[in-house]
Amino acid sequence: MNSTILQTATRYLLPLLLVVSLVIMLQGHNKPGGGFIGALIGAAGFALHGMAFGPKATRTALRVDLVWLMAAGLAMAIASGLFAVVEGSAFLTGQWGSVHVPGFGSIKVGTPLLFDIGVYCVVLGVVMSIVLALLEE
Amino acid sequence: MTLNVLLAILVGGLFAMGIYLMLRRSIVKLIMGLALLGHGANLLIFTSGGLVRARAPLIEEGETIPSAPFADPLPQALILTAIVISFGVLAFMMVLVSRAYRAVGTDDTDEFTGTDH
Amino acid sequence: MLLLGIVLSGFLLATVAPWLHRVLGRFAGVVIAMLPLGICVLLGTRAADIAAPGGAVVESFEWVPGMGVSLDFRLDGLGLLMAMLVSGIGAAIFIYAGGYLKGERQLGRLYAYLLMFMGSMLGVVLADNLLLLFVFWELTSVSSYLLIGYDHAKAKSRSSALQALLVTGLGGLAILAAALMLADVAGTMTISELAARSDVIHDSPLSLPIMLLLIFGACTKSAQFPFHFWLPNAMAAPTPVSAYLHSSTMVKAGIYLLARFSPVFAADVLWAPLLTWIGAATMFVGAWLAIRQSLLKPLLAYSTISALGAIVMSIGVGSTYAVEAGMVFLLSHAFYKGALFMAAGAIDHETGEKDVDKLGGLGRAMPLLFAATALAGASMAGILPFLGFTAKELTFKALLKSAAAGPEGIALVAVFTISAAFGVVVAARIGLSPFIGKVRPTPVKPHDPPLALMLGPALLAVLGLAAAIIPAVLAMPLVRPAASAILAAEANPDLSLWHGFNLALGLSVTALVVGALVYVMRRGVVGVTEPLQRVLNAIGPAKIYDWALSGVIATAKFQTRALQSGYLRQYVFVTISTTVITMGITLALRGGLGTLPKMGEVRTYEAALVGLILVGAVFTGFARNRLAAIAGLGLVGYGIAILFVLFGAPDLSLTQICIETLTVVLMVLVFYMLPDFRNISAGPQKIRDMIVAGAVGAVMASLVLLTGGLRSGRDVSEFYAANSLPEAHGRNIVNVILVDFRALDTLGEITVLIVAAAGVYALMKVTPARPKREQEGGAP
Repeated sequence: MNSTILQTATRYLLPLLLVVSLVIMLQGHNKPGGGFIGALIGAAGFALHGMAFGPKATRTALRVDLVWLMAAGLAMAIASGLFAVVEGSAFLTGQWGSVHVPGFGSIKVGTPLLFDIGVYCVVLGVVMSIVLALLEE
Repeated sequence: MTLNVLLAILVGGLFAMGIYLMLRRSIVKLIMGLALLGHGANLLIFTSGGLVRARAPLIEEGETIPSAPFADPLPQALILTAIVISFGVLAFMMVLVSRAYRAVGTDDTDEFTGTDH
Repeated sequence: MLLLGIVLSGFLLATVAPWLHRVLGRFAGVVIAMLPLGICVLLGTRAADIAAPGGAVVESFEWVPGMGVSLDFRLDGLGLLMAMLVSGIGAAIFIYAGGYLKGERQLGRLYAYLLMFMGSMLGVVLADNLLLLFVFWELTSVSSYLLIGYDHAKAKSRSSALQALLVTGLGGLAILAAALMLADVAGTMTISELAARSDVIHDSPLSLPIMLLLIFGACTKSAQFPFHFWLPNAMAAPTPVSAYLHSSTMVKAGIYLLARFSPVFAADVLWAPLLTWIGAATMFVGAWLAIRQSLLKPLLAYSTISALGAIVMSIGVGSTYAVEAGMVFLLSHAFYKGALFMAAGAIDHETGEKDVDKLGGLGRAMPLLFAATALAGASMAGILPFLGFTAKELTFKALLKSAAAGPEGIALVAVFTISAAFGVVVAARIGLSPFIGKVRPTPVKPHDPPLALMLGPALLAVLGLAAAIIPAVLAMPLVRPAASAILAAEANPDLSLWHGFNLALGLSVTALVVGALVYVMRRGVVGVTEPLQRVLNAIGPAKIYDWALSGVIATAKFQTRALQSGYLRQYVFVTISTTVITMGITLALRGGLGTLPKMGEVRTYEAALVGLILVGAVFTGFARNRLAAIAGLGLVGYGIAILFVLFGAPDLSLTQICIETLTVVLMVLVFYMLPDFRNISAGPQKIRDMIVAGAVGAVMASLVLLTGGLRSGRDVSEFYAANSLPEAHGRNIVNVILVDFRALDTLGEITVLIVAAAGVYALMKVTPARPKREQEGGAP
């Protein structure tokens, strides 16, 4: 699909979709969203890119190897659970602490956030693997 | 007609069409049937949580618990992952089918009987 | 730790046995034999602790506390006798196996299996927990399977191994059933506590099935008639295995079990007669068939069946005398039969000949083996002053005592006399005839076997003599506590050899004389045994086993043909129809559709939305081309996303929208590579499918109506809602459930997704093979 309109639109849409995707993921703990949804929005953006510029260009645009992305995501999710084991609680028990950010006050940071980022990476990696595989057919 | 009956008709309809498509010989229809079946199953879980026209299970600023009536969050969490996983399976099947079509040269499952290909 | 260590050490050593074999070569057998020898000595040092009645060494470790299964071990008199036999004979066997299979590449594996068997068998006789006993019991069956099938390249080995496994495995299942019922009735899994509760067990309606199942299990293991047929076939195993498992130890596990449960069931009116007559029948059939054999190992196998029958009979008679006689018989049989098996193997090994009738005059070439074999044969024949004689004397005494009570006893005496006479024939054919008379040519020039092959038979044969002459040293300390444990009272067996001229001695002599006569005229006698063999061949248990096995295979084939048509939609059809019919029946019988919850009236826009989704679904189903179908599917998906919003599920709605977009895009991509829809199903086919699909829809719709009214409370959800903010610091409860409360589930789910992606990668690596014709044509 070599459409100039699609390519131009994608150039603007992809960054926008990626920002939305990240925001949706990060706010997921308090508002509708989360790792699953964020990753799917991101995947939609990259799928668009894939159709406009071809799967090869998309693999470059992704910058990381998808297998690596999935592995890192799974590792993050598992690692987030190990914090609790170190503390002596059951695997995957949420652990919370607060980080002081100048100008913002203190922000609560917890292992569930790390877990959700892991989910984000895995889902993005899996969906993009399949989409690109089909585009390459 | 109550809401329950309406949803029952919807779930029943989705399952019926899903199964009908799965019984076709075209492998494309089989996959589409599977997709409909997935929708039906998700809605079945959704209704089993008890349907209410209610707020989302979100806790407002300044509150510590969601204000009633709120929708049951548990089936929602179940369905959310179910949607993503059934998409994974569906996408895997699509890759499988396109590969199989290249190898076997047919989309008719009745001709998928041998192992020689 | 003593008993647990004893049981586990065999398994542990088994894991390194192949490595030991590789490193140590021909010395591996001797080195491995040090373990059983050590166990035997260790057990011997504890003999004094348990000599007193009721004395026992007890150990307990937790294993599966939730199921009442613990690693309870208990060493009492009966356990000591069995465990010392298993370990002591085991030591001889490992040395023997090292010599017998010298140079065999797979010998390391044989050692491993034998060690695994030894551990399991020690576990059986030391376990004090019903389920633990069952686990070890099955492990002996499994290791026996592996050992019989050691020559796995031979079809006969494989089928014999399978037969033994199926028969003894079936018995194992019966024992599991009995153990579970017993635990339920008695309220304990501990075997040693059962005897004290025999009244409770006896009064329970389950008492009879428990007893019958136990007897069934024991009979399969100890090759009692009519389950005896697997044992002669098990001779396909290498001789060290036959000598160890199938004569002296494993086949005695059934006897052990019966002896162990004797105190529990002795009061039952059926226990004694059942065991007595099963034992007597086995003893008779085994003896009768034994004298027909001319090959070394089958000869010994049938006589083993006969001996096992005799011991079961003794336990059945159950008097103090009988139980003492049974234990002495068990000990003497382990000695002489182990020795004879090893000697038979040595003869075969050094001459290359298995047929007794083709052997003769070996005594000059192999004097040492002759001596050992003759000693063991004399014990088997029951000649003074061997342990076999003591055992026979005691059995006669016990039977004569019960003969005084009625005509059945007299019948038992008669059967035992005949069987003993036939035993004399077998003893003479192995212990005497190959070594005397005219020298006959053999495939290999005979000479005395090497030390490794001589040690075992010589040792066991001498033990059979020494134990009888000085009973206080070996026989008494083993037999007395064992008999006491079975009788639950102090036993005091009279093991002296000479009791003066009495009826028992007369019967012993009669058996010897008759045996000698039969031996001389055996060609004529074999003809007499012909009818029994013919009946067994025609409708015997082995035949029934064959029928059952081929029946199962035929049924499986038929079922596979019927169900696995190779057409995908047939599978779907069968699966779906079965589900719908079973669910429909359940719904019709128990569905309480009357209890509909009040959900409020439907609003117009909701009805319109549902209508739209249904239109999309129907459109997908009947679309004439791909694009229309995909559009219909999209309509369904987006419609459901809106539905989620209406009912308070924004997260689901967002997910659904994203997924639907991706799905539609992928479908357009993929399905455009495939041919467009064709009308390939016939009309009647479509109508049939519509009926099935309609039925599924109806059942599912009723399910929705039913489950909508079923959910009684939202306890779990309420908990999540209440704790979401305070505990997990999140305001979106759905997300908190996903990443915190049920994070482990989510972890599993993303793993599943990765598996799907891995599948895609694997598929993309596969280059589709070209159709066959092209390949053939293209080949240069």
